[in-house]
Amino acid sequence: MTIKFEHIRKFYGGAAAITDLNLDIQQGELVVLLGPSGSGKSTVLKMVNRMVSHDGGHIFFNGQDINSFNVQDLRRRMGYAMQSVGLFPHRTVGHNIATVPKLLGWDAHRVQARVNELLQLLAMDPKQYANRYPHQLSGGQQQRVGVARAMAANPDVLLMDEPFGALDPVTRAALQLQLKKIHRATGQTILFVTHDIDEALLLATRIVLLNHGRIAQMGTPLELLQQPTNDFVADFLGRADLGLKQLSLRPIAPHIKAIEGTEPIHTISHTVTFKEAISHMATLHVSSLRVVNSDGTVLGQVHATDLLETSDV
Amino acid sequence: MSLSLVQRSNPVLALYVALAIGAAGGLPFLRLAPNRLLSGEPVYVSDVWQQLGRQQIDALLLALAVLLCVAFWQPSKRLIQALLILTMAASLSALWLLAGQFASSATQAENPLIRTTLGAGFWTMAAMAWLIALDAMTRVQLTTLPRLFLQSAFFLPLLLSLNEGQHLSIAQEYANQSDVLGPAILRHLQIVFLAVVPALVIGLLLAWRMTRTQSLRQALFPILNVIQTIPSIALFGLLMAPLAWLAVQLPALGRAGISGVGISPAVIALFMYALLPIVRSALAGLEQVPTEAVNAARAMGMSAGQLLWQVELPLALPVLLIGLRSAVVQTTGLAAVSALVGAGGLGQIMFDGLFSAANELVILGVIPIVLLAMMADTFFKVLSALIKTRP
Amino acid sequence: MSETHALPLKAARPWAKRLGFSVAVLLLLAYGLPYSQPLFAALFPVLPRPVYLQEPMAELLWQHIGLVLVSSSVAVSVATLAGLATTSETGSTFKPLMETLAAMGQTFPPVAVLAVAVPAVGFGELPALIALSIFGVLPVLQATLAGLASVPTPVLDSARAMGMSPRHILTEVQIPLALPIWLAGVRTSVVVNIGTAAIASTVGAKTLGLPIIIGLSGFNTAYVLQGAIMVAVLAIAADLAFDWLALALHGHTSLAVDNQA
Repeated sequence: MTIKFEHIRKFYGGAAAITDLNLDIQQGELVVLLGPSGSGKSTVLKMVNRMVSHDGGHIFFNGQDINSFNVQDLRRRMGYAMQSVGLFPHRTVGHNIATVPKLLGWDAHRVQARVNELLQLLAMDPKQYANRYPHQLSGGQQQRVGVARAMAANPDVLLMDEPFGALDPVTRAALQLQLKKIHRATGQTILFVTHDIDEALLLATRIVLLNHGRIAQMGTPLELLQQPTNDFVADFLGRADLGLKQLSLRPIAPHIKAIEGTEPIHTISHTVTFKEAISHMATLHVSSLRVVNSDGTVLGQVHATDLLETSDV
Repeated sequence: MSLSLVQRSNPVLALYVALAIGAAGGLPFLRLAPNRLLSGEPVYVSDVWQQLGRQQIDALLLALAVLLCVAFWQPSKRLIQALLILTMAASLSALWLLAGQFASSATQAENPLIRTTLGAGFWTMAAMAWLIALDAMTRVQLTTLPRLFLQSAFFLPLLLSLNEGQHLSIAQEYANQSDVLGPAILRHLQIVFLAVVPALVIGLLLAWRMTRTQSLRQALFPILNVIQTIPSIALFGLLMAPLAWLAVQLPALGRAGISGVGISPAVIALFMYALLPIVRSALAGLEQVPTEAVNAARAMGMSAGQLLWQVELPLALPVLLIGLRSAVVQTTGLAAVSALVGAGGLGQIMFDGLFSAANELVILGVIPIVLLAMMADTFFKVLSALIKTRP
Repeated sequence: MSETHALPLKAARPWAKRLGFSVAVLLLLAYGLPYSQPLFAALFPVLPRPVYLQEPMAELLWQHIGLVLVSSSVAVSVATLAGLATTSETGSTFKPLMETLAAMGQTFPPVAVLAVAVPAVGFGELPALIALSIFGVLPVLQATLAGLASVPTPVLDSARAMGMSPRHILTEVQIPLALPIWLAGVRTSVVVNIGTAAIASTVGAKTLGLPIIIGLSGFNTAYVLQGAIMVAVLAIAADLAFDWLALALHGHTSLAVDNQA
């Protein structure tokens, strides 16, 4: 499954909203379209399933121009989740999720099994939730159903337009982790739009940072943080915080040294990131920590100066 | 960037023009009858056209056709639409002038008893002119006040040229009835006033009490709803017997003018009908007053009365006006039916026409009623818009 | 809002009872009128003929119902189809026109339509039928448009994005969600029609308005009362029937009637 944007242009009124966009998306990626409001990220997303038409250039889905598909067939092969969810209020949760599979003619058994599978995947008990109506669910639960509905027919790509934007921070964090888990477990290709840098850094395998309809920079989260190509990128990612943000992306494991001199009193697990390690040190007013693995075996130690002076580049 | 034909043009305009042309060719523009008793011979636009000097009319028609074609292909050009509105206002007046001229020449040429009535063709073409103008007005995209003004000003050319139609049967009927029409309008307005003003006062009080007492609301709304369900003619009828009986039992009431027929059953029934829209909108208006404003006022030491008058009513006013508008328009229409129980008014003229099969009379009764209703509607819309613009 | 399917019959029972009661009263009045001679003679001692016997009241009742049913069926069909047509691309250009017409219908008194039909068509059942049909279109048209507009845009967007065809979206999403508001419009249209059909007796239609009109011209208050009661109970019964229908379909009653004839 591939999606290819070639020299894409879009005009709104007289002005150019998107100028000469080129982008390749491969199977299994979680590409985050990041940018400030008005950068065109939602527009780019909606071009993929033709909810928005492009004025110039071509978009290829699996090598075929998307305009050559029957639009409804195209959309049935893609999942779409949006901020306002848009669940059918007059249908149960189960019926909502089953919409596209039924459109594709799956038999009732298969549909039922898939509905249960998806609800469980999104941490909702099918027995409890399948027969409820949307107005009986909380905002977070509705969005989970929205995601389940988007994934129902095993789409080639999942298009998500700021799906967690309207939720409270706790629910948002839970759903972000859930999505990351699902992506790791299923290898589902996801195209995700957000303006939240932390969300992008957490989820993305690749970030496409847009500004005024053009790509400012494209790369892995770490690449963008360590090597911003211009001021806009640096500013958007939080210029003063760039270093700290990098810390949350780097695990300490490669930097564990053998214990020399006095053994540090306090312990951390070997799976933590730089950020958690340094945070621990700051809280405990120490500059080194002992590292253990899950059985408790001591693996070594990490020292503050080592962490700050080494780089992965 | 490809818009379909539908998006690039104005199919609604095409429909109106097609209907107008169809009406011009297929429906009689006027009807000519030798006297009042016989029904008329149809006269088509083409006949009138031939009779009244083709050259000027031909040139004007060509210009009109060009304008319509341009307007069809440029649905979003505001200047063209504005021009279209002006043209349609002029066309409306032109239709009237055409009919009037024909009637005048017919009356002078033949005998003075001749009656020229407006035919279905005239009415259809006039309606199309108005609809085309309405469509153009939405495309010009004005705000509320200018739009309402434009809708009213549209009829100005027609009003200015009314005199030219004096030989049309409808104008003649008006001349016959002019001494009756004035008092009928006044009577009609009197009925509406007598019903709506008490409904407003009592409705406001009821709504105010309802915001405080839930039980009152639960008791009253079902009653008001049932009253609204009962058709007006039935309510008038139901009130007649009790009122007549009451007038007999208490002669004082009878001397005061209360009886089973006439204004009394009409005003009482119309009062009851007006209550529901007023109470409902007053209640909705009062309920959407922000509690912070009420609390602040209370904290400042305002009494309940001051609170109502200075804080709650002004904030509830926009919603209340919507209900009041609905009540007034509804009452204006219903007052027409009350003529059946002897209340008089414009409905009387209408029913007189119906019972004596005098079509002109019917129209003479109906048009003022519709105009009054529309004027009331526009008046309240203007009032609502003015309130919004105040800081 | 549409927690529908759990409620119907149990909650609808009080309405069903009220409906049954009013229908019973209606039939009792219609068929029992000739037997009420002593009652009305006592109430109206002055009148030589206190009970309306020129036509069987029951016959007038069925004719009235017939007139309303036919004109309402025509009106509802035309208005609903016209309203639904605005969902297509070509249809949507006509939406402003329909909205204007529907709004105008609020200002136009129904009697006026009836009165105007006579010069055009003459006297009798036909102008009544035409006028009732035309006027009945407006509330239903407005309700159809309002119902369609009430469908939340996110719901429509997600339906499109899932690859549902426009026809599918109409039948699966728009119509079910627009139904409560549409039904309220049909209810208004029918109840107003019942009233206007009574007034139609002035133009020669034989309906329940006939005793009222005859009573008015002959100063027979008893006739007027009998006709008025029949019309009132019929209107109330129709309103209750719609309440019950609304409850059965979507678990709550629709909005009250606020138009009048």
